[in-house]
Amino acid sequence: MKFTPEKLIDMLIKMYKIRFFEEKVDYLFALGLVHGTMHLSIGQEAVAVGAISTLKPDDYILSTHRGHGHCIAKGADINLMMAEFLGKETGYCRGRGGSMHIADVEKGNLGATGVVGGGIPIASGVGLSIKMRKTGQVVICFFGDGAANQGAFHESLNLAAIWKLPVIFLCENNMYGMSMSVEKAFAIENIAKRAGSYGFPGEVVDGNDVLAVYKVVLKAVERARKGKGPSLIECKTYRWKGHSKSDQNLYRSKEEIKFWKMKCPIKRFKEKLIAEKIITNEEIKIIEENAKNIIEKAVDFAKNSPEPSVEEIFDGVYS
Amino acid sequence: MREITYAEAIREALRQEMRRDKNVFLIGEDLGIYGGAFGVTYGLLDEFGEERVRDTPISEAAIAGAALGAAITGMRPVAEIMFMDFTTIAMEQIVNQAAKIKFMFGGKAKVPMVVRTPAGSGTGAAAQHSQSLEAWFTHVPGLKVVMPSTPYDAKGLLISSIRDNNPIIFIEHKLLYKTTGEVPEEEYKIPLGVADIKRKGEDLTIVATSIMVQRAISASKELEKDGISVEIVDPRTLKPYDKKTIIESVKKTGKVIAVHEACKTGGFGAEIAAMISESEAFDYLDAPIKRLGGLDIPIPYNRNLERHAVPQVEDIINAAKELIYR
Repeated sequence: MKFTPEKLIDMLIKMYKIRFFEEKVDYLFALGLVHGTMHLSIGQEAVAVGAISTLKPDDYILSTHRGHGHCIAKGADINLMMAEFLGKETGYCRGRGGSMHIADVEKGNLGATGVVGGGIPIASGVGLSIKMRKTGQVVICFFGDGAANQGAFHESLNLAAIWKLPVIFLCENNMYGMSMSVEKAFAIENIAKRAGSYGFPGEVVDGNDVLAVYKVVLKAVERARKGKGPSLIECKTYRWKGHSKSDQNLYRSKEEIKFWKMKCPIKRFKEKLIAEKIITNEEIKIIEENAKNIIEKAVDFAKNSPEPSVEEIFDGVYS
Repeated sequence: MREITYAEAIREALRQEMRRDKNVFLIGEDLGIYGGAFGVTYGLLDEFGEERVRDTPISEAAIAGAALGAAITGMRPVAEIMFMDFTTIAMEQIVNQAAKIKFMFGGKAKVPMVVRTPAGSGTGAAAQHSQSLEAWFTHVPGLKVVMPSTPYDAKGLLISSIRDNNPIIFIEHKLLYKTTGEVPEEEYKIPLGVADIKRKGEDLTIVATSIMVQRAISASKELEKDGISVEIVDPRTLKPYDKKTIIESVKKTGKVIAVHEACKTGGFGAEIAAMISESEAFDYLDAPIKRLGGLDIPIPYNRNLERHAVPQVEDIINAAKELIYR
């Protein structure tokens, strides 16, 4: 598969944006500027970027509680994201959603959900709508390994299968559902194997290799566009940070975390692009600087944005 | 005017809306050839085909989720959950997702979906096919809850529900499906959140929902023989509901019974009673507010026990006399 340098660099930029955004909001949380909780996807950037880079702008995604990366990869405005984290009126959800519910409906990001597996049934409905409206779009439904053990997973994958809906079920297997390891939660080695019981293809891919993710997802996207139905893709990856802000990492070893940090998807991709002379170290530095500047500007934008007004507290409950 | 059944009125609303708007479609279990467990969608497959009268596997969570996903991307699905008891299986999608998506996303999504579902006892179907769970749904901001008691209301309220941009729980009663009433042939809308005074009266207000409206009408005819004039208020929509009409009626009569089939504890009658006691109507009351609801038990199978489990006409008559002759 041939990639243009522009495409490759665009993917690298997005991965940096995700990494720096999450490092920044982690810091803002420590300062007390962001309240509640958040679920960081640091270490999983290749999945979001590899998968979403296969889409056209009008295609859809459904995200998860660990969804910052999906949102940025789908082209979100960082200012509006940051404002949402700070609970501001200018945020994507007018400060009503926060980290766990960011959506950008206009750009086809149908939102993150706080319920594990909660987006999977919705994805089949989006696929149904695409099929009935005959628009040729597709939808990527992200979910974690934990969600694959929810009952709704079974119902929804079956529905998408019998109606041949254009849905890519993308399991981000980051090895733990909160503290429970996949070894304990599954009696099978690969979650992708479950696709066989619904009658569609399932594939396992190295989720820390952005181009590998891209290739596998693209195949599923093309299949979906041709009307051949859904696919299940399992991206094996790892979250460096805890499940959420309450996590003390009691269930995994420092060595394990260190091992996975060695497989950093950004470092790996960057080194590959340098080795292939697609980009220079100097250009990487510029990309990093630019990404950091965008994040800093977003923090300023968010800090200077107004709080939502209490008078409008009922807005959006009903249309 | 012609008379048709409650089931026919619902079918006519579905047919007219599907003809009017190609984005309206039906999704649920056994809707097509079978016509739905109670025959409500019978014949629609012939006119609209399998694409728009969409039979699903037995997967209630997926039905609700599919309706939701379709709704937020431009369709107007009408889902059917075969028995209200089975909405429990779809609850995550209805309560956590459909009801909240608009709000969580800062108002930037529309969720034009209807979940039709038959509730109520009286069919001998026992504890898992007879529940009236409307109060649960009224407790969830973002949902609207509609509960028609006549064929006329069923048609007009369903058309309004399909054209509404919010998730709506449309609760039908199994024993009402075969009841008849006058229904115009043309399309018409009944606004959501507006009560209807089913009978004018002076001595006592009965706020009744769904099948209890019919039982209250029967009771009021008996009470009339004793010179007791009953006003029957049917909220028709439980969320949002028409407080003003109830308050005005209570101010006029000074006595009120709230009656529903669902279990009394935590039932919608508690909301009605509390609302009245907080309102200006409180000063007009000359008797305690009375609630009639189902016993706090699962619906039993035995015919007599089943009948006993929920308010009947004679229970309403007795409650009315207690209030009048106290």
